[in-house]
Amino acid sequence: MDGASSGTGLSLERVTKEFGAFVAVDDLSLHVPAGSFFALLGPSGCGKTTTLRMVAGLERPTRGRVRLGDEDVTDRRPHRRPVNTVFQSYALFPHLSVLENVAFGLRRRRVAEPLTRAHEALALVEMDHLADRRPALLSGGQQQRVALARALVNNPAVLLLDEPLGALDLKLRRQMQVELKRIQTEVGLTFVHVTHDQEEAMTMADTVAVMNAGRIEQMGSPADLYELPRTAFVANFLGQSNLLRGTVVEGPSVGPGSVLAVDVGTGRRVLVPTERAVRTEGEVLVGVRPEKLHLVTRDEEVPWDVNVVGPGRVTDVAFSGVSTQYQVAVPGLGTLGVFVQNISGGGEVRVGDEVHLACAVRHAFGLDGAEDVASGVAEDGAA
Amino acid sequence: MSGTTAAAVTAGVTARPDPPAARAARWRIGEAVVPIIATLAFAYLLVPIVYTVAFSFNDSVRTNLVWRGFTLEAWRNPCGAPQVCRALVNSLQVGLIATAVATVLGTLIAIALVRYRFRGRALANLLVFLPMSTPEVVLGAALLAQFLSLRVNPGFGTVVLAHVMFCISFVVVTVKARVATLDPRLEEAAADLYASPVQAFWRVTFPLLLPGIAAAALLAFSLSFDDFIITNFNSGSFTTFPKFVYVSATRGIPPQANVIGSAMFVLALLLVVAVQLVTVSRRRRR
Repeated sequence: MDGASSGTGLSLERVTKEFGAFVAVDDLSLHVPAGSFFALLGPSGCGKTTTLRMVAGLERPTRGRVRLGDEDVTDRRPHRRPVNTVFQSYALFPHLSVLENVAFGLRRRRVAEPLTRAHEALALVEMDHLADRRPALLSGGQQQRVALARALVNNPAVLLLDEPLGALDLKLRRQMQVELKRIQTEVGLTFVHVTHDQEEAMTMADTVAVMNAGRIEQMGSPADLYELPRTAFVANFLGQSNLLRGTVVEGPSVGPGSVLAVDVGTGRRVLVPTERAVRTEGEVLVGVRPEKLHLVTRDEEVPWDVNVVGPGRVTDVAFSGVSTQYQVAVPGLGTLGVFVQNISGGGEVRVGDEVHLACAVRHAFGLDGAEDVASGVAEDGAA
Repeated sequence: MSGTTAAAVTAGVTARPDPPAARAARWRIGEAVVPIIATLAFAYLLVPIVYTVAFSFNDSVRTNLVWRGFTLEAWRNPCGAPQVCRALVNSLQVGLIATAVATVLGTLIAIALVRYRFRGRALANLLVFLPMSTPEVVLGAALLAQFLSLRVNPGFGTVVLAHVMFCISFVVVTVKARVATLDPRLEEAAADLYASPVQAFWRVTFPLLLPGIAAAALLAFSLSFDDFIITNFNSGSFTTFPKFVYVSATRGIPPQANVIGSAMFVLALLLVVAVQLVTVSRRRRR
């Protein structure tokens, strides 16, 4: 139980959790490599916290197995599992001092010199000077650090974090994100972090699993997920996306650099790399990130590897210093968002101007046309 | 003064909106009258206690109804009257046993009712209230009927059983309120930190419930110590302190009963003061 010094891998195998008729987690499988920082990202009610609680042993899976390293822990009670949790509400024991809170797990396992170790853990989170206080007298950020120390001090095989930064204000949250990442690198433990904040997941995790309605939509490195979303939910929940509905009319072309030609309405054709498309025939959604779009004022001659749509009319301009966000209404296609970095200094494009939108073909991605364009758009946490 | 007051009162009744002067006058009356009423009310509440304490010092002969002069005789020899200390010891024994049993059982019931979902939970919740809402006379008589039909001789045992029964309700209600404020995540956190269910109970749940359990135990003890009606039905020849006082009232209550009553009152008062002092000093230390 004590042996985990540098974390252990975690595997969920076809895990399902039902509460009566409600399926909270639906046939979910994932593997978290030892020593990695893994984020479960999704809107509230998507089953991410239930997944975490099954790893901790606080919920029993209806079906499926939970493995830590090579060991099947599905039937083990929580106090017999070498995992520790940082709860969303922190759940510090109000009747114990900060020091005794941190020493709690050590004392239960009869570890030698629990208080010395507790002091060390508190020093790691820079809270040792408040070791004698009661938790009620600490601020939210301080309680969060104590909760982290209380879990870390046990050197768990896997550390579970259930929205641990949810109750902190924005500035403190950013600061704690950096610190959590530092601590994870320092102690080298396996972290599983549950959050609905996509920015938080992307800045901290090595691997992000996007969850929706009890299933994993897509799993991968933050950059992979962002650059190549495979579902409309991921495209919209992780950052923003412009999704155009269309039909494949040509291709895939043969050879390297294979592309699909998609008719996005009224004869307008755009190209999508075949390897970046989920489907290669029939109804598809063509997606492009707003910062990959450029505004071009004339229907100028463009190279073959650039998609251009337009003309459209600028309906909104939001200048935020670093960048400007434009909304462009293109007849037949709807409103598209465009981010332009403020490199040239000040925008020349105004509301009402007629523009065309250009995007490199290699930045386009193709999704299944049966999906809802708005899936994941209005969900919480899209910061 | 009286002229303006009368004018103000009539103005207050007839004219509206109130002129500010009338409102001010009325307020002044309130300021003067409320303390008087409050003092009278407190006097009314406290007179019996003062009487009890005062007559514990009475130099009484057969009855303790007329003031005959000050003496410490009854305080020097509180067991002087026949049976009075026997009755007191009986009451303390019954109270301690009934409190211990009712507190343990009531606490377990309270935790179960709040924390677990089981068949018949709503019914149990309702039934626990019944002894509190049933008239004591009915409860006492019904209980005696039960004991007699079971051919159990009323005495010490039946009194303890009866007290446990009605004390449990109060313990459950008191502890339940405390359990409801307890964050279930704390017990999960304990389990997550390697505490077995038993350890989690003693290390986390119990210390956090302790103020509620202590309050429930005090309540149970005072209810048991005080009880006359149910006890009178179910005690046979066994005598508790309230029963002793009731029975001796017909021939004259000895001043020793006043002594014991006063002593109990002072003890309870000291206990409250001590608790307050501990709370204050603990708050300062933090």
